[in-house]
Amino acid sequence: MNAALLAVVGLSMIAIGYRFYSKFLAEKIYQLDPDFETPAHAQRDDIDYVPTNRVVLWGHHFTAVAGAAPIIGPGIAVIWGWLPAFIWVVLGTMFFAGVHDFGAVWASVRSKARSVGALTGDVVTPRARTLFMIVVFFLLMMVNAVFGVAIADAFQETPSSVIPAWTAIVVAVAIGVLIYRMHVPILWPTIVGTVILYAVIFLGDAVPISLTDGLFGLAPGAQWIIILFVYAGIASLLPVWLLLQPRDYINGIQLFIGLGLLYGAVLIANPTIVAPAINANVPASAPPIFPLLFVTIACGAISGFHGLVGSGTTSKQLNKETDARFVGYLGSSGEGALALVAIIAATAGFASLTEWEAMYSEFGNGGLAAFVQGGAVIVSSGVGISQGFATTLLTVMAVLFAGTTMDAGVRLQRYIIQEWGSIYSIPILQNGYIATAAAVSACLLLAFGAGGPSGEGGMLIWPLFGTTNQLLAGLTLLVISVMLVKLGRPARYTLTPMIFITTMALAAALVQLRTLFLQGRDAGWPAGGLLYPLLLIDLVIVVLAIFVMLEAGSAFMRERRSAATAST
Amino acid sequence: MTDASGPLDRFKALLEEFYVAPYRGALARAQRDEDDLFMLFVFAELMGVPNPAAYYTLELQPLLLERFHEWHRRQGLEHSPLDGFRCC
Repeated sequence: MNAALLAVVGLSMIAIGYRFYSKFLAEKIYQLDPDFETPAHAQRDDIDYVPTNRVVLWGHHFTAVAGAAPIIGPGIAVIWGWLPAFIWVVLGTMFFAGVHDFGAVWASVRSKARSVGALTGDVVTPRARTLFMIVVFFLLMMVNAVFGVAIADAFQETPSSVIPAWTAIVVAVAIGVLIYRMHVPILWPTIVGTVILYAVIFLGDAVPISLTDGLFGLAPGAQWIIILFVYAGIASLLPVWLLLQPRDYINGIQLFIGLGLLYGAVLIANPTIVAPAINANVPASAPPIFPLLFVTIACGAISGFHGLVGSGTTSKQLNKETDARFVGYLGSSGEGALALVAIIAATAGFASLTEWEAMYSEFGNGGLAAFVQGGAVIVSSGVGISQGFATTLLTVMAVLFAGTTMDAGVRLQRYIIQEWGSIYSIPILQNGYIATAAAVSACLLLAFGAGGPSGEGGMLIWPLFGTTNQLLAGLTLLVISVMLVKLGRPARYTLTPMIFITTMALAAALVQLRTLFLQGRDAGWPAGGLLYPLLLIDLVIVVLAIFVMLEAGSAFMRERRSAATAST
Repeated sequence: MTDASGPLDRFKALLEEFYVAPYRGALARAQRDEDDLFMLFVFAELMGVPNPAAYYTLELQPLLLERFHEWHRRQGLEHSPLDGFRCC
């Protein structure tokens, strides 16, 4: 199969989805009104509520939702062959993610820019809101753990990426200081910062850094995980303007450059996909494709995290209600495009089927490593740079995406823990340092649970992360559906993806429950003991999924009854 | 967003907005928290809290009185805590 053709077909289908399906949703389902006074105007305070250019908002939405997850998920899921991953990413983007992100922005704009969490309490039940908060906390914990393991793996696989990845933090701080303290206009720090970021890749290639095995009795993977979480803890306590904001900004720029580079290289190099369309020789460790495919690829097909972005900041800044289609649907399409190119990199960037099968000898392998290895071959032959440079470049790009998410994730977890301290009157949890330590410890426990004592090979937690993400998406789609029913509009376009994704999440959680139990039992103590936190979380996810379904059923029965009462 | 005329200016304005917009609210709240602490320093002595810097902050009081009402409301005090200054 020709990779360029696959890219063109995939992008065309996503474009068709935007052109026609999002138009249908905008006109018939969400019924966008250009004259509706959005919260950015009605509640304008020039701080949170500011009418903003839709291109800027689209850029925010796109860069906030597209990161390491739509690279890792498809990079793992192609173990079942490229075709199922391709179909799920393309159709998921068209009929799931687009509907979800667009709907989350719409629902929030129509409800005075309230977040999906708050809307869950208003529209469904207060109990559903509690469910929502628990799911969000679990999601944050898992995303931090999984990205910590992914970065640690990447540093070991590509030691040349260590210096450039850490230099990016210095560049970000310098940009923050230049803009806020020295009031330098943004253009020059952007250009110089981006040039330094790419120039330092040469330095990384010249001076690769590997940690010594056995330092403090720990394997290199475990050392990296600890270093990364110590960093994330410190970073989350720093002022936003100093690190998080410029790091986010650099990431956005990187995303556009990276996507352009990858798609340009695919179209020029036109590699052949060596992986099978449907893999008949799936390793024994791989779980069944149904339902695991639908949680292994969450971001890139549908992700509940997008609803938090759409209803958190985007809806407060939407200039016109009609912009929701461009910002929400097209924003999620951008993430679909990233997932699509990740599939191509992980299946077409290998010399032979044997080489590809060696990468995918076990479930959880691949991911970032396959994306980097395959992507580097494609970029190298397409753009003409050395393969070593391309490898470092793509690793740095992915590490920066994951690192920024960790920075923000640990910070958000700290806020949640501090809020719990305040709600339940536990003063010690209100302390920023204690709350950060608690957040970091929880993530570390999970990271080692996923990666074992060595911290290596730990993508075991990935499907659990995807399951939680899909549960959140199910809750958001539930809120949108209930709002549509209340307005007397057809809810099947949001309800069908909601039922599908929640069912898949529940089924996947049950499959993983069995897998984790068996692996923990077979591994013995203490290695098996590290799996118990994951087992416990999985159990909680199963319970949450059942509750989400019960809440959904109860909300619809209630709405149907009230509709029947209104009509009589 | 700044006024933009040429394509380069428009691009710069877009970049600036792309940089600022997601964190505008967070930074404004952080700024307000710092300002609130500063207000406490300035008015501490008047509320009976000894302030070693009172000699220096005294002359700032008239300049900050305009913000005083919003500040005491944000601190959870419905009415002015100062006997000599009844803003509400």
